[in-house]
Amino acid sequence: MDGEVLKVEKLNAYFNDFHAVKDVDLSVNYHEVVALIGPSGCGKSTFIRCLNRLHEEVPGARCTGNVWLDGQNIYGKGVDPVVVRRNVGMVFQKPNPFPGLSIFDNVAVGLRLAGVTKKSVLSEAVEEALRKSALWTEVKDKLKKPGTGLSGGQQQRLCIARALAVKPPVILMDEPTSALDPISTAKIEELIVELKNDVTVVIVTHNMQQASRISGRTAFFLLGELIEYGKTSKIFTKPQNLKTEQYITGRFG
Amino acid sequence: MVTELVEKLFFTREISEEISLPLKKRDVHFGDKVFYYLLKGASWGIVFLLLAMVGLILKMSWPAFSTLGWTFFTSAEWNSWTQEFGVLSFIYGTVISSLLAVAFAVPVSVGVALFLNELAPSWLARPLGFLIEMLAAIPSIVYGLWGLFVLAPLLRTYVQPVLLDYFGWFPLFQGPPLGVGMLCAGVLLAIMITPTISAMTREVFKAIPVSHREAALGLGATRWEMLKLAVLKTGTSGIIGAVILGLGRALGETMAVTMVIGNKSEIHLSLFESGQTMASILANQYAEADSDLQLAALTAVGLTLFMVSLIINSIARFIVWKVEKGFKGGK
Repeated sequence: MDGEVLKVEKLNAYFNDFHAVKDVDLSVNYHEVVALIGPSGCGKSTFIRCLNRLHEEVPGARCTGNVWLDGQNIYGKGVDPVVVRRNVGMVFQKPNPFPGLSIFDNVAVGLRLAGVTKKSVLSEAVEEALRKSALWTEVKDKLKKPGTGLSGGQQQRLCIARALAVKPPVILMDEPTSALDPISTAKIEELIVELKNDVTVVIVTHNMQQASRISGRTAFFLLGELIEYGKTSKIFTKPQNLKTEQYITGRFG
Repeated sequence: MVTELVEKLFFTREISEEISLPLKKRDVHFGDKVFYYLLKGASWGIVFLLLAMVGLILKMSWPAFSTLGWTFFTSAEWNSWTQEFGVLSFIYGTVISSLLAVAFAVPVSVGVALFLNELAPSWLARPLGFLIEMLAAIPSIVYGLWGLFVLAPLLRTYVQPVLLDYFGWFPLFQGPPLGVGMLCAGVLLAIMITPTISAMTREVFKAIPVSHREAALGLGATRWEMLKLAVLKTGTSGIIGAVILGLGRALGETMAVTMVIGNKSEIHLSLFESGQTMASILANQYAEADSDLQLAALTAVGLTLFMVSLIINSIARFIVWKVEKGFKGGK
C-alpha cells in the first residue's frame, strides 16, 4: 500500500496544566520508519502515546486534535480506545513481558484478547511473530518456559513479537533499546529495518546514530513543538533549522 | 646525612604518634557492636521463647499422650465423664471454619482491593480503604456479640431457610436452621479477616509496575482484561501471602468463634450444625477442667492447634515459593 498510514493534525497533549505537546502536524507513510528525536522532556514520548490513545490512561492527562489512522480519526466520536490499541502496537522502554505467562502465551496474548481461541491458529501466529522478531531459533524449544526467564534483549524481542502477532499496521516504539546492551540493540535495529516490509514503525530514540541508521524520516521535537521533520539524511546533514543543527551537533540537549 | 634527614622527616616518633593516636584512640565500632549483639540477642530470645513454650506445653500435655495414646488424635469423642478425650472434632471445626472464612473472604477482599486501587477515584478510595481497615481494629469479643445477636438471627431467618429450600438435598445444607453453627462462625471469621487480606492485597497491587498495565492496555486489553493479565496474574504470589496471614488469624481466633459456633464436640458434614474449634474448646473448658487428665488433654489440644497452624503455614509458604519460581523461570 502507498500513501499515509498516520496523519496527525494539530495535536495538543496536556498533563493537568502542563502543555506537553503543542500543535503538532505530522504524517507517516506505509512501510516507513520514522524516528522522533529531541532532548528529554520534549514531548516525544507523550506524542507517540497519543497515537494509540494510551496517553489518556494517565490520571490528569488529556489531548486534543485529530489522528487519522488509515483514513479513520482515532479521536473521532464513538471510537473505542481499546479497538484503536488493537490496531496500533506498542513496544516500551523497558522490556515488559507478562510475568506468570509462558513465552508462547506472552506472544499469543494479543490474539487471545482479540478472541482467537483455536490452538492451531494461535501456534501458527506465534511462530510467525517469533520468526519475524528473530527470536524463534532461540526459544522454539522452550515456549512453555516463563517469558521473564529470558535475557533483557530477548525479552524486548519477545515484546516486539507480542506486538507483531496481531498484525497491526503501525507499531510504536518508545526508546526500545535504551535498557539494552549494544549487541541486543544492534539486533533490534536490524529487526526494525526488516519489519518495514510488514509494518510502519514510529520510534522514539535518544540515540541519534540509531535514528540515522534505521529511519527514513526523522522528526525533531523541542519543548513540545515539532521543530523539523524531513528525510533523515537531510536532517542529519543539512538541517534547515538552527535549533536542529545545534541539537544534532551536540551543542545542547 | 640525607638519610638521617629523611628519617627525621618521615619516621620520627612524634609524627607517627601524632597521626596514629587519634586513629587508635577508641573503637569507633563500639556502637555497632552493641547494636549487633542487642539485635542478635532479641532474635535468639524469641526463638528461645518459642522453644521453651513448646517444651512446656509438651511436658504439660504428656500425661494425655501417655494415657490416651494415638486415640487422642483419631477419636472425636470428648467426654470428661468417661474420661475420653479425642481432638479430631476440634481439628475438623478449626480447619472447616477457617477454610470457610477464607473461601468467603478472598473473593471479597481481592475485589475490594481491585476496586480501591484500580477503579475507584481517589476521593472515594481513601476514606473507603480507611473504613475497611478499621474493621481490623474491632475487638473480637465485639465481633462475637454482633455475631450472636445480629448475624446468627439473620442467617436463621433469611439465609438458612432459603438454602434449605433450594439446596436441602445437598449434605452441606441440612439440619435445623439454628443460626449459630459452623456457617455463622465461617461468615464471622470471613468478616474479621477481610481487612487483613484486602490491605495486604492492596500493597501487592500497588507494587506492580505501571509498565505491566501499559503493556496490557497497549495490546488493546479492556480494563477488566488488563486487571486479569497485569494485576491479578502478576500479584498471585502476593495474594496467596495475604491469604496466609488471614488464614493464620482465622485458625487461632478464639472469642468470636466460641460465641457463635455452638460448642458441640461433634463432627457433622452440614454447615448448619454446631461445632467446636481447638481454640473454642480451650476457652470453654480450660478454666474448669475436672481432672488432671482433662487438663493435660486440653493442653494437648493447644499443642495440636500449634502444629496444625504450622503445617498449614508451611503448605501455604510452599505454594508461594512454587508460584514465584514459576514466575522467575527456573531454567
